[in-house]
Amino acid sequence: MSLAVEFRSVVKRFGPVEVLHGVSFRIEPGRVVGLLGENGAGKSTLVKILSGYEQATGGDFTINSTPHSFASSREAEHEGVVLIHQEFNLAEHLTIAENIFLGHERVKGWLLDDEAMNAAAREAMQQVGLTVSPATRVRDLIVAEKQLVEIAKALSRNARLLVMDEPTATLTPSETERLFALIGQLKARGVTIVYISHKLDEVERITDELVIMRDGSFVTAVPTRGTSRQQMANLMVGRDVSDMYPVKDPVPNAAPLLKVSGFSVPGWAEDVSFDVRPGEILGFAGLVGAGRTELFEGLLGLRPRRAGRVEIDGHEAVLDTPRDGVRHGIAYLSEDRKGKGLHVTLGLRENLTLVALDRYAHPLLDPAAERRALRDKVAEFGIRTGDLENRAASLSGGNQQKLALAKFLHVDPKIIVLDEPTRGVDVGAKRDIYFLVQRLAREGRAVIVISSELVELIGLCHRVVVMRAGRVQGTLAGDRLTEEELIAHATGTHDHR
Amino acid sequence: MPPAPTTTAESSRAGDFARVLSRRIHEVGPLIGLVLLGIAGTYLNPDFATVDNILNVLTRTAFIGIIAIGMTFVIISGGIDLSVGSMAALIAGSMILLMNAIAESIASPVLVVVIGIVFALVLGALFGLAHGLLITKGRIEPFIVTLGTLGIFRAYLTYFANGGAITLDNEVSDVYSPVYYSSLLGVPIPIWVFLVTALVGGLVLNRTKYGRYVQAIGSNEQVARYAAVEVDRIKIATYVILGICVGVATVLYVPRLGSASPTTGLLWELEAIASVIVGGTALKGGEGRIAGTVIGAILLSVISNILNLTSIISVYLNAAVQGVVIIIVAFMQRSRR
Repeated sequence: MSLAVEFRSVVKRFGPVEVLHGVSFRIEPGRVVGLLGENGAGKSTLVKILSGYEQATGGDFTINSTPHSFASSREAEHEGVVLIHQEFNLAEHLTIAENIFLGHERVKGWLLDDEAMNAAAREAMQQVGLTVSPATRVRDLIVAEKQLVEIAKALSRNARLLVMDEPTATLTPSETERLFALIGQLKARGVTIVYISHKLDEVERITDELVIMRDGSFVTAVPTRGTSRQQMANLMVGRDVSDMYPVKDPVPNAAPLLKVSGFSVPGWAEDVSFDVRPGEILGFAGLVGAGRTELFEGLLGLRPRRAGRVEIDGHEAVLDTPRDGVRHGIAYLSEDRKGKGLHVTLGLRENLTLVALDRYAHPLLDPAAERRALRDKVAEFGIRTGDLENRAASLSGGNQQKLALAKFLHVDPKIIVLDEPTRGVDVGAKRDIYFLVQRLAREGRAVIVISSELVELIGLCHRVVVMRAGRVQGTLAGDRLTEEELIAHATGTHDHR
Repeated sequence: MPPAPTTTAESSRAGDFARVLSRRIHEVGPLIGLVLLGIAGTYLNPDFATVDNILNVLTRTAFIGIIAIGMTFVIISGGIDLSVGSMAALIAGSMILLMNAIAESIASPVLVVVIGIVFALVLGALFGLAHGLLITKGRIEPFIVTLGTLGIFRAYLTYFANGGAITLDNEVSDVYSPVYYSSLLGVPIPIWVFLVTALVGGLVLNRTKYGRYVQAIGSNEQVARYAAVEVDRIKIATYVILGICVGVATVLYVPRLGSASPTTGLLWELEAIASVIVGGTALKGGEGRIAGTVIGAILLSVISNILNLTSIISVYLNAAVQGVVIIIVAFMQRSRR
């Protein structure tokens, strides 16, 4: 039987801070409901309450008209409510079957019944189209497969309401297609699905209706059909996002600022050549694993590389460490914000000045000057924070990204490489970042944007280099810069002209 | 860019207050503990609060305290050094052997002592450099590297001493002993050295690029690497700093007894690491304070001093009481991150 949920004035406080201010709405049974809102709107907190990871401070919710409150995710699972986290909850060293039955192990007397668990796991895996052996260790799976394991785990626990938080954030287009097909099957079986995503095109395709939240409150619920992406974005932001992308400036006719030829990163990129001029925004498209991130990590000496020539401003440059990169005016902002971009346990100030610390050391550091710089950058980049002494962890995803941008731009680089600059960032912050990218180009810098969002590359870039399996498949510009051409090159199905 | 909207003023102010309070409690916790111990000590034995006793406690704290200051850098950067006790023993033994050997050919005992001191500091720096290179370039866990050298250092000292003790020549010893026994402005030399080391350590950790990089590496090494921090060089330097600190501590320690034996510096590594942890530095790295380490070191030696002066708990249980304190402190700090 399908589950219907009704939230009744749900309030949630963390200490003195109220993050949900009395949220009320209904989720109809057997539907795919898109839950939309900017970062910090309260979506994740709400679904955590629904699935037992958090408890409401006030108000409650009903499931099929019976009031419930779950003290743990286990209780929620018992009622068929399962949350699939943004960051997966899998034990990397255990096998798929062991993960699926974690906490629900089947036993034969005193011993585990591996045979029965593997058989049952295989059955659940079949439903989601995962064909590897259930005895495979999770650490050996790719991200998309881990996601399927999460879903198989949910199904094996008889989920009747599945909450997916940003499920496609790390998936390639074809993997996303597979997930959508699976969602369709689950829906046909009467599973209610709550789908949280920042990707409005996906939400438009996959959901039946939309619930929009803003600043911890319910805004409205509308049917997906008949609501344009523009309207969705406006509802989320609460103001008119007239156009997401700035108008493209013409690229000034100048010699390339960065010219890379025949560059190879063993195992990742082979014989890659490209150049980028001052004032130009150059995109890098490709599937996950195409070697784009690794190419630039290799370029900056963060990975072993082989062969290749790098010219900056017409002179050959040897970049052995990121320090050399900074000296030559290249900054690289990693796609992995928490793992490589920001020190989340350090303060905003320490993060902002880290790359450009030379400037604040005479030779003793000048914290007052650092604080002034932080105040300026918070205003300039529109970073929303309650307290300048906060740790970076206290910022929402979009604001962390703005801080990371401010940090790497603080050395005033001529060449800026932005790897997935808008991943996990809400619509309002995305637009801010796009206009920032344009401003950087206008100032005569060369900007390279690596992105998995094709729309973003098309809207923002002058030219887009498409990589596939470590090689450049082509560079698209002008009329040829379309989603179809990008996908064809990324998957290797374009006609060789 | 849109202007930053103000958050709800009241809630954020209340939050600030709670946050500042909780932050402060962690910072002053060890100090409160020390004050309470002082009150208890005074109550239990009137001799405790005398100037003589306090100077005596601080002088004895100096060795461990100086090593603990170096250890603070290593631990904040995410490393550990288990070898410091053995390293101190080997430096002490080598230093005495060198001074005895050159005393025959060099007429001035003062020069002999100066050469011995320089040798001790250089040896400490070299041991630290070896640790740093093995850990960074050799990519071996610091725990393993220093566990290995813990054995190597002490074995060589025992070998040089032939299982017994290495004793400093009397003539040299007479010149050298004031380094431990004499006072400046009424305060023994080791306390001055401890104080200066602490001040320099605090300045380097909190107010220099190097100190900031150490914290950044301990907080997240990968992020630091991507932020153009030269991670290997900074990490190697933390072990060199610690090695020099061990050298300084040994230079102060040798004139006290004028000899080194296989039991010299035994378990110093535990006391140094305990001082750092009691002082509020996170064992997993990223944050910590020199002032905390100094208080932690003093707190541990005050405990043993009180046990010496009173008869409530046997002196033989000194390490047990210290162990209980460490566990209590760790328990109070467990929710910090």
